[in-house]
Amino acid sequence: MTDQDILAGCTEILRDLLADDSIVLTMTTRREQVRNWDSLAYVNFIVSVETRFGVSFGVAEVESFEDVGAVVRRTQELLAAA
Amino acid sequence: MIDWLPVHPDVRAALKDAVAAPDPDRRQAQLVALAQYRLGYLETIQLDRALQQVPADTGSGLSPVRFALLASATVDHLLPAIRVAGVRRGLRIEIHVGPYGQYRQALLDPTSPLHRFCPQVVLLALSAREAIATIPLTATAADVAAALTAVTDELAGLWHQAREAFRADVLQQTILNVADPVFGSYDRLVPGAPARLIARLNDELADAAAANGVALVDVARASERDGLAEWFDATRWYQAKMEIAPQAAAAYGELVARVIAAQRGTARKCLVLDLDNTVWGGVVGDDGLEGIVLGEGSAAGEAHLALQRYAKQLRERGVILAVCSRNDPAIAEAAFRDHPEMVLERSDIAAFVATWDDKATNLRMIAEQLNIGLDSLVFLDDNPAERSRVRQSLPMVAVPELPDNAALFVRRLADAGCFEAVAFTSEDRQRGEQYAANAARDTLRQSAQSLDDFLRGLEMVVAFGPFRAVDVARITQLINKTNQFNPTTRRTTAQEVSAILADDRCLALQFRLLDRFGDNGLVSAMILRLDDREPEVLAVETWVMSCRVFGRQLEVEAMHIAIEAARRRGARSLVADYIPTPKNGVVRELYQTLGFTRSREAASADGATRWLLRLADHVTVPTHISRRAEQA
Repeated sequence: MTDQDILAGCTEILRDLLADDSIVLTMTTRREQVRNWDSLAYVNFIVSVETRFGVSFGVAEVESFEDVGAVVRRTQELLAAA
Repeated sequence: MIDWLPVHPDVRAALKDAVAAPDPDRRQAQLVALAQYRLGYLETIQLDRALQQVPADTGSGLSPVRFALLASATVDHLLPAIRVAGVRRGLRIEIHVGPYGQYRQALLDPTSPLHRFCPQVVLLALSAREAIATIPLTATAADVAAALTAVTDELAGLWHQAREAFRADVLQQTILNVADPVFGSYDRLVPGAPARLIARLNDELADAAAANGVALVDVARASERDGLAEWFDATRWYQAKMEIAPQAAAAYGELVARVIAAQRGTARKCLVLDLDNTVWGGVVGDDGLEGIVLGEGSAAGEAHLALQRYAKQLRERGVILAVCSRNDPAIAEAAFRDHPEMVLERSDIAAFVATWDDKATNLRMIAEQLNIGLDSLVFLDDNPAERSRVRQSLPMVAVPELPDNAALFVRRLADAGCFEAVAFTSEDRQRGEQYAANAARDTLRQSAQSLDDFLRGLEMVVAFGPFRAVDVARITQLINKTNQFNPTTRRTTAQEVSAILADDRCLALQFRLLDRFGDNGLVSAMILRLDDREPEVLAVETWVMSCRVFGRQLEVEAMHIAIEAARRRGARSLVADYIPTPKNGVVRELYQTLGFTRSREAASADGATRWLLRLADHVTVPTHISRRAEQA
């Protein structure tokens, strides 16, 4: 799976979560740049990424992801290690 | 964790399709249908949002409930699942979440948003850490006892507060036992060990809840069954103070909505069993009586036996049992009579339908025979094709998914939680016998020369009196469960029924019907209320009667009794409304039959009619029921 595949999955998840099909995530998208991406939606996003890709992030990671790219790269690492 | 729900082939497409439906009625119907499937966390959020966007006045058949969730942990992620589980049971649950950890203030402050919301149901959910925070590991048994009593006493005070302020039904969540062992197995021997403390607190909560008429939402028990790891995710706790993990949201929503539904009398009443490969292994028509797999000595035989034992337990708690099988009726009945390993007896089965017709037709026949709604049925069948056909043609029947492995049938049926209860009344205990006695009554009916003969032969006695405290649970259950003989279909809570006991503006009567075949139990209740503006008029606010005693003249005798009581109160007339629903057509002519005249004054609701009876005009018609007055 490429980074682009994971990114596309992330975009789909966030579109579904926020009911907003205009959302297009890039590797550098930050949470505050997306309307309505509040803290509950962030937890829901993380939970949905974990479920979709079958990975599990650590407690330190979930509070330090700086942008969508960080989530994508960490997912890629976890998939590679699996 | 919600494995009893069937999997939808394409939820995404179905959701998009439903949301695109321009007609709100149609959109809502499609969304409600989707709620019957096993949805993931994100799908549940999507479905919930789509349902919330349907205009509230859309004719839906969903009954609204105002529900307050007062918690000391984050619960926002659980709300969609609670609402979707409500929709699954015909409820539109509107939720108010109290401010995080401040439920005391919210309950006590009459100007709080909680008070403005005025909930009908209040759920108190304490987190484990808060409940036992102040008790040290070194606490003695006596310290622990005192500390836990203080916790339950405080909670009981809050329960009382919620009830006083809103007349709400109160639910208490058990404490999720997230404590890790400090000693190991020895924990259970140390009074102050956290895991021990929580287990003990849960026991005490149950005792206090029973004593105070509070229902539990038992997340502790559910997490023991599913495994704590399914319910608690430490990362989510530290990240967002979610004590119930997002992946348990669907299971949690089920627990909550089931209890709310049970309080409203919408739990199911009847378990309908398929026979071949469900109640026993094999096909009795092909394999013969000796060939079916049942009983000790065979692993599969024991598994089928376990299902029979479980069904028998359900019968003992008041669930009606029925059989729906594609079979030769003589062969099917012979298995009940002649197979030595059968635990279920023919007399346990209130309706036995074995034909070669399709199962939907047979289920309709069962509902008709038992005089209950199709939405009271749970159908258990090992065959996926049959299950899916029944779901297709009778979507109101609950049809739990079953795995291929018969060893898991009981677990799956139990997990489906169709028969959730908030009371265990003496009527429940006797229901099985009552249905068996009905068979004897049917025999008498067939041998009687006329209806009059039959009614006389029953030797009926009505035992009646005012509502008593011991009857509150049963009366509440009867009012909330009765759909047919229920002219106003007003629902109530145990709190409201209790309040009527002490309300001297109300005349409230309960009726039990006995006959030579047994006691039918408390089968009718009537609440008449004094009209504020016209003190000589009593209004029939609620009148319900169990469908088991239809056609016995009890309505005539009960009305005579009510009229005499009304006269003693100085009333001169009665007024009663009939508010039509899809289910209460049986009482459309009730008041006319009882000698009331139609009022020109239109009652408020659509199609409703108002009826009047001047007591001076009333003529007593004799019945075949003799009376026995009971004191309060």
